Amino acid sequence: MDQPIEKRRAGRTLRGVFEWLIERGLQVCALLSVATTIGIILALLLQSVPFFREVSVKDFLTDREWTPLFAQKHFGILPLVAGTMLVTAIAMAVALPAGLMIAVYLSEFARPRIRRMVKPVLEVLAGVPTVVYGYFALSFVTPALQTFIPGLKGFNALGAGLVMGVMVLPLVASLSEDALYAVPQRLREASYALGSTRLQMVFRTLIPAALSGIAASFILGVSRAVGETMIVAIAAGSQPTLSLDPRVPIQTMTGYIVQISMGDTPHGTLEYHTIFAVGLTLFIMTFTLNWVSMALRNRYERAYR
Amino acid sequence: MSEPSIGPQVGAPPATDIQGNARGRGWIKELGFEAIALATVCAALLMLGVLLVDIVLDGWPRLGMDFLKSLPSRKAEQAGIWPAFVGSLYLMVITACVSFPLGVAAAIYLEEYAPRGWLSRFIELNISNLAGVPSIVYGLLGLAVFVRAFQLERSLIAGGLTLSLLVLPVVIMSSREALRAVPPYVRDASLALGATKWQTVRRQVLPLSLPGIMTGTILALSRAIGETAPIVMIGAFGYISTVPTGLKSPFTALPIQIYNWVSRPHRAADTGITFQTNAAAGILVLLAMLLTLNAVAIWLRNRAQRRLK
Repeated sequence: MDQPIEKRRAGRTLRGVFEWLIERGLQVCALLSVATTIGIILALLLQSVPFFREVSVKDFLTDREWTPLFAQKHFGILPLVAGTMLVTAIAMAVALPAGLMIAVYLSEFARPRIRRMVKPVLEVLAGVPTVVYGYFALSFVTPALQTFIPGLKGFNALGAGLVMGVMVLPLVASLSEDALYAVPQRLREASYALGSTRLQMVFRTLIPAALSGIAASFILGVSRAVGETMIVAIAAGSQPTLSLDPRVPIQTMTGYIVQISMGDTPHGTLEYHTIFAVGLTLFIMTFTLNWVSMALRNRYERAYR
Repeated sequence: MSEPSIGPQVGAPPATDIQGNARGRGWIKELGFEAIALATVCAALLMLGVLLVDIVLDGWPRLGMDFLKSLPSRKAEQAGIWPAFVGSLYLMVITACVSFPLGVAAAIYLEEYAPRGWLSRFIELNISNLAGVPSIVYGLLGLAVFVRAFQLERSLIAGGLTLSLLVLPVVIMSSREALRAVPPYVRDASLALGATKWQTVRRQVLPLSLPGIMTGTILALSRAIGETAPIVMIGAFGYISTVPTGLKSPFTALPIQIYNWVSRPHRAADTGITFQTNAAAGILVLLAMLLTLNAVAIWLRNRAQRRLK
């Protein structure tokens, strides 16, 4: 009874039918995103079934070697995961402190003129295609590092990780800044009223208050680094080794997927299906990270509404 | 860096060390912090500068009409990027044609039509989740669905559709923002004059939000043409020496070509031109395309802002 007039009229007139059709059409477009998610999950699951028929899940998760292209085949994803973790750790060691520093500086210290200068630079850094970063890591950063780090190979985790840190930096900086911005002014004023200096206010009031938002930005940064492909495919090498030495070539999960899909692997072979098994692992990892990040962000948004 | 750690001090009584620091050492510490922060900002700036200078130094001498109009070649000094350049342009057009209508329609539904309920919340959650899926996973999706299941093979259309799915969340989110910026009284006035909901959306809300939607879409497109991983998985990595002739023809694109050149071994030819040089020159072309797109987006945004005033 309380329905708006337009709804009650719907279905009776030609115009009503037309309006109804439009709404359904728009709804279908919106539901396409759900279809995409289902498509991703189905594609990864169905295409990795043939792989898991030949290789047990236990071997996949615990075998310490990844040699699908050798005569002696081993399918343990641990070396790829270790490679991914190593590069991600190096990247976050750059992006977290630098990103947080820039966020604090921009939100609490910087004059508006400097803010207006720095923001576009961060946007440009975020917009540089990753293949460009990869070229930079391989042809500039690694040779530069080689001048003072002995034993650094041409392909290595260190150069790739450092450049990836620069790539993730804008994301961490801008999301952390949002989190700092969401902290109510009254907390800052209360801190000053108790006699804090600006630094004490920042480190003892502001950052603890924004911690869940900062953690959310950090975790999203980790997720971005884990899923990043071209930098590691170009600059980190293609040798899956279970090693934490940042000076030698490694391979990440994403690097492996690209390596296989480049070299025209015939459809239907076991190698073809490995990339979907690795992709599934990657998807589960990034999905979990994104979900945790979102939950944390919701928490601070609720807390300060 | 010796910032006080965050954890333990939170609950500590504030009275003890504050008075002393407030005027004395606190001032120096603050200056020190600002200096470190400014140094970090400068380091980021410097990084960008070094990156650009490095690429310009490597690639600039190679740029020219010859390089732009030549086909790829086994000899570095004869290789060009014409097929890759055309391929990227086609990909951009396909992606725009697919993702723009779908994305705007989804945004209109979510902003103007959807009742606040579990369905719209679920869709929203889905979209923000999709925005966080690594691009290479979209490549796997495209490989399994478009290339294999739909039997499009490694064609231009398979690549374009994959990129469209990839940027769709971005298009939807920025379009929603543009729609939200239209003041509610515009809708009320239109409805009060007897217009139906769709008439209101099409004649009032959409025209007002179009510049914002266009800006967001162009920025999404500039992300699409720089994307490498999904396109490398769909496209032909090998030797493509022809310009694509139709939607179903095999293709190469700028990022693929750049990646291809980067991953060749360094070996200087007699002329000093290596595949690395070509890669740098290819990057310059790609960056020029991105710059053009961004300039258009900024121009649109400024024009829209002026009109709203």
